[in-house]
Amino acid sequence: MTITNHPDTSTPKTVESVNVTIDGVEMEVPKGTLVIRAAEQIGIEIPRFCDHPLLAPVAACRACLIEIDGVPKPQPACAQVLSEGMNVRTQRSSEVARIAQEGVMEFLLVNHPLDCPVCDKGGECPLQNQAMSVGRPESRFEGEKRTFPKPINVNAEVLLDRERCVSCARCTRFAEEIAGDPSLELLERGAQQQVGTANDEPFDSYFSGNVVQICPVGALTSASYRFRSRPFDLISVPTTCEHCASGCSLRTDNRRGTVTRRLAWEDPEVNEDWNCDKGRFAFAYLNSGRIESPLIRENGELRTASWPEAMHVAAAGLTAASESAVLIGGRATVEDAYAYAKFARVVLASDNIDFRARATSDEEVGFLAAHVAGKKLDVSYADIESASQVALVAFEPEDESPILLLRLRKAAKKGVAIHSVGSVYSLGSEKISASWVKAQAGSEATAIAGLDLDSNSIILVGERAANSQGALTAVSEIAAKTGAKIAWVPRRAGERGALDAGALAGLLPGGRPIADPTARDHIAQAWNVEATSLPTVGRSGNELIEAIASGAVQAVITAGVDPADMPNGDALVTGIENADFVVALENHHSAITERASVVFPVAVVTEKSGSFMNWEGRAQPFSAAFREALTLSDAGVLSMLASAMDKELTGDTRALRKELNSIGVWGGERAGMHQVSAPVSEGTTLATWRLLIDSGVMQEGEPHLAATARPSVAGVGADLFEQLGQPEAITVTGPKGSITLPAAVMNIVTDTVWLPMNSSESHIYAQLGCGYGDAVSVKGGAA
Amino acid sequence: MKLTPVITEHWDDPELYTLDGYKRHGGYIALEKALKEDPDTIIATVKDSGLRGRGGAGFPTGLKWSFVPQNDGKPHYLVVNADESEPGACKDIPIMMANPHSLLEGVIISSFAIRAHHAFIYIRGEVPQAIRKVAYAVKQAREAGLIGKNIQGSGFDLEVTVHAGAGAYICGEETALLDSLEGYRGQPRLKPPFPAVAGLYASPTVINNVETIANIPYIVDRGVEWFRQFGTEKSPGFKVFSVSGHVQRPGIYEAPLGITMRELLDYAGGMRPGAELKFWIPGGSSVPMLTAEHLDLPLTYEAMAEAGTMLGTGTPMVFDQTVSVVKAVTRWLEFYKHESCGKCTPCREGTYWITGVLEKFEHGHGTESEMETLTTLCGQIAGRSFCALGDAAATPYPAAMKYFSDEFTAATHTSADEQFDPIASYVFSGANVQ
Amino acid sequence: MISESTRIKMRELAGRYPNSRSALLPMLHLVQAEEDEVTTEGIAACAQELEITQAEVTAVATFYTMYKHSPVGKHHIGVCINTMCGLLGGDAVYQRVAERLGASHNGPSADGNFWLERIECQAACTHAPVMTVDWEFMDDVTPQSAVDVIDKLVAGEEVWSTRGPMIRDFQATEHTLGMAEDDLATVGNCVDEKMLAGLKIAKSGAQNS
Repeated sequence: MTITNHPDTSTPKTVESVNVTIDGVEMEVPKGTLVIRAAEQIGIEIPRFCDHPLLAPVAACRACLIEIDGVPKPQPACAQVLSEGMNVRTQRSSEVARIAQEGVMEFLLVNHPLDCPVCDKGGECPLQNQAMSVGRPESRFEGEKRTFPKPINVNAEVLLDRERCVSCARCTRFAEEIAGDPSLELLERGAQQQVGTANDEPFDSYFSGNVVQICPVGALTSASYRFRSRPFDLISVPTTCEHCASGCSLRTDNRRGTVTRRLAWEDPEVNEDWNCDKGRFAFAYLNSGRIESPLIRENGELRTASWPEAMHVAAAGLTAASESAVLIGGRATVEDAYAYAKFARVVLASDNIDFRARATSDEEVGFLAAHVAGKKLDVSYADIESASQVALVAFEPEDESPILLLRLRKAAKKGVAIHSVGSVYSLGSEKISASWVKAQAGSEATAIAGLDLDSNSIILVGERAANSQGALTAVSEIAAKTGAKIAWVPRRAGERGALDAGALAGLLPGGRPIADPTARDHIAQAWNVEATSLPTVGRSGNELIEAIASGAVQAVITAGVDPADMPNGDALVTGIENADFVVALENHHSAITERASVVFPVAVVTEKSGSFMNWEGRAQPFSAAFREALTLSDAGVLSMLASAMDKELTGDTRALRKELNSIGVWGGERAGMHQVSAPVSEGTTLATWRLLIDSGVMQEGEPHLAATARPSVAGVGADLFEQLGQPEAITVTGPKGSITLPAAVMNIVTDTVWLPMNSSESHIYAQLGCGYGDAVSVKGGAA
Repeated sequence: MKLTPVITEHWDDPELYTLDGYKRHGGYIALEKALKEDPDTIIATVKDSGLRGRGGAGFPTGLKWSFVPQNDGKPHYLVVNADESEPGACKDIPIMMANPHSLLEGVIISSFAIRAHHAFIYIRGEVPQAIRKVAYAVKQAREAGLIGKNIQGSGFDLEVTVHAGAGAYICGEETALLDSLEGYRGQPRLKPPFPAVAGLYASPTVINNVETIANIPYIVDRGVEWFRQFGTEKSPGFKVFSVSGHVQRPGIYEAPLGITMRELLDYAGGMRPGAELKFWIPGGSSVPMLTAEHLDLPLTYEAMAEAGTMLGTGTPMVFDQTVSVVKAVTRWLEFYKHESCGKCTPCREGTYWITGVLEKFEHGHGTESEMETLTTLCGQIAGRSFCALGDAAATPYPAAMKYFSDEFTAATHTSADEQFDPIASYVFSGANVQ
Repeated sequence: MISESTRIKMRELAGRYPNSRSALLPMLHLVQAEEDEVTTEGIAACAQELEITQAEVTAVATFYTMYKHSPVGKHHIGVCINTMCGLLGGDAVYQRVAERLGASHNGPSADGNFWLERIECQAACTHAPVMTVDWEFMDDVTPQSAVDVIDKLVAGEEVWSTRGPMIRDFQATEHTLGMAEDDLATVGNCVDEKMLAGLKIAKSGAQNS
């Protein structure tokens, strides 16, 4: 059951209010308030099934009937708007309401099986609970219950036991109203009415798991959790999703040291009541394939080592290097990223640090410094709903920040004009009724400059803008010209926090330019070091990778870096191979651990506390699901390593957070952006991004989720499809090789081909050797 | 009281369904008059006439029209509810088959009055004969410039679309009909907003029954005073009554409201030979049954309400002593169960449960306590369901118990067929039975 | 397989309404006109033409009872068994017809040529018991007259509706419903004695005062 306990903060103070009485309690509520919501505020729980605060009222289940003085028939509290002077009596003070509710409850159980002992919902079931609280002690029904063959899959991850369904239609309404995926529907009618899909089209939605969570009975269950546990055997911990930069609040349920499921946790300012299927179901990686102890390389082979031995070896190796660097993937918590940022500057005396294990540009560094770093909640989810326009630049919210897509849908329904600037007009664009501002992949700058924005507009910039030369400059310019606000939406959960924590060359914590004397003084004071001891501007991005590859940088610390995610991954692997000394802090093996000198196992999100800063710049803290876990966080390892190198660095998450917060954000002058002009594109270019459900390593081990992935196809526009002779398959060739996938006609600009970046049979960097916006050749058929 | 054929006056002309045939009898003169009037004047006329909806609820038509906001910049729609499916009701389908232009002329005038430029006639799918007749009338009217752009030089444009349903009684409920007409499952909508404000395509919409609309040309042509000479103050006008059941001459009888069932029964030749009236229902299975003691009540909205029933569709069903009330009620509940849309719990589950229990009674396996259960179950539906279908389903049993509880008591040991030989109630006999 | 000509009609239907989705019910009738049932292909075609999901079409196609999900055969036979018709003899008619066809409720005849359905009130209670053949009225039937109709249909003989045109077949009626018109409005009887019962008395002057 969902009960909103928090007052609606979006209601302006000047709103008209009405005076009403509920069960004798006089109260003043904003005009338009529903009886059921007002009753919640004074602790009166009216039974409900179809009601959900985020879905439009339907008054279908009739469980919430209440009595209103002067109204002859009982009315549904979920749809009844309170008006001035209304005297409402719920089951607590009205016999009419009590009997009406009892009657509905008895009806609801007519066709509902009494299989609670084998039902996943048992123990946390609104039907069970409300039958106990407002139902009759015994049913008078002696007839035969309606039955259906046991569960059917509405998609690979979600199962449906139709006989348990009470036709509240929460799931179908969620699919249509919230997710915009109306492929789960009510079928048949009357007592035979049931939830279902078309014969040959599953419930295709990135948000399908939410229907399991909002089902008020056990009709919808997930393949991954079915028959796994009883709710009362679970330990629930509020957590933050580690998969993307949306920053969803989750609840992680575990039993005997294993995560059994994850649920969306109500967070009205961020994910409301929802999350995506990746956030919900992709957690098997937490439990399997872990690196269990420190490893050191000896005679070319990794061997298990004790912590002191590994620390000793690592400290010696790092100390010996004249120039070191730190590469952290985009998945570190704010606190861990801060520890790396400080470790690099204080322990390694180096500003060579980068959190962007992906395609990058120097233009991006300038953009982040000028417009993003240290700006917290400059643009929020709520702002999106009240903006006049929202422009999406090199950003595909459905795949890259799904909860943001839901908020954009809400905004679109309120009339916010959304523009998608890019080469592809996707299904996601349709769901937010976006207008399409066409631009060749990699050449978005001109289209951005042509946007007609105003000071109440928001530009949401995706991380792929780094691949589009001049795009970030164009964003910066149009924002300056129109007053539109900018928000940067990276894909990974840790990128925004790492930026603010100072894990990028040139930027100290809080967005402080390392070249700025005042900024250096701030940090030196906070870190209790001499300002002169702080390094000067170091290397980042491609320059850093090249420096590692060339041997200019001799020692490297990596954390959560997978070369396969980077266009220059091959160069990095070569560099790692050739480097004098490499320390890897990882929880799973990778191309880097295979070549590292020392490997330290680190905690995964369930084993540590921390926070992820989402795209808004909102820190979303979480605590460890398994408090007894023995694994160390990255910061914990760094702390030990620092002391092995005779330096001091706290490894305590809380202390790190406190320190970072006390440093605060930079209020001084920001560096201006280095202006970059747009290129002129020629020939066919590649548009590509990572689909939400794909071959990402953190999705491993969950086959049901993987089965809901969208198919790997090569997308072209209708014109190119014709030119190619309407082929069944399309082959795309880059510098390194080719990818052949089934052809699909999509809304794509001329001379662009789309491929999934990291899906089955389509791994762009490994197979093509180029990326977003790069020139490729296309032909029909196989290679 | 005399029969007063108005809508049915020329049904004996086999050409009436054609435009020429209809015009021969004064058709489309009302339209000519109407188009010269101010639309508000027509709304006022209909209001003054006191015409009440003939679909069952009896809501004042002019008042309904006046709820449509004017000058709101939105398109307005007229939707004709031609989904006649109420057990016992058979007057709209005959009107459409015999005199489709009376409906169509009413549609044009009504659309003009409410400033609608697109009207829809939603006809249940199971009656192709009615659909083709109305479609033919629309076609002829369009060819004659009575539908389309600038109708008869008035500057008024109107498109009329005939739409076939696909089998769902619930679509007679006006908001369910709108959902159905929009291409969805015909499930009723939450009100407010009411259709007059946000109906078809969320635009102001008037939904009227076939017979209601067919009244309009006559009111506009002949005037309020003429209309009000029929019927009573609260139930003015005339009514197309369909009389069915164990009467000598079942059929269509158009008479002023206020005629009694005894009079109608007389016109229908009385009960069939050797039969005596057991019970009758004034307006469809959704309204409570009455008995011989109610034969002298005037058939008006108010008198029927006072007798604890409703005029409903004004289509009396008459049953004689051969009929098992248990069986009749069970059959009706089977109907409501079949037609329950599934949206709300009381109707969906209640009809399922009640039907199961009634079927036990029909087979002579009911129990005394189940009679009590049925009463409370009907109480758990009535006034608690989402729409009137649930209320309707909760009607037959309590009404039957009022007069024939002994039959249910008997059904605790004797089946309906043993109590009443089914063959005796057939309208055919002898060799035809087998 | 939904033919191009059906698709053209579907598009014409979609154009009749301010919002194309309104054409869904008629379009599903057209699917039955072509396929003799609502097939998965037909659902896909409607979804494609209206740019909605197949689930949305399926939701509608399973709500309305006139849509069938296996082949109807040549003729649809409906026997009204609601209270009025059923008790006045419709029950006996249904039983005889079911035996004749070897069919049960909402299912095909033994030879697959007919589909039998216990139908609800057909708005012809004055003509009880009522049967329908391809939804055309067969009023005032008896078990024998009903079976005679079936026999004639089996023999390929002409059968006329009592208030309507000559019987064609199920798919032809579905086409009429889909397009909401056909060219049969001018043929066949449509007003009978029962519909004129009151009028006759009024005109004869044999009225009560």
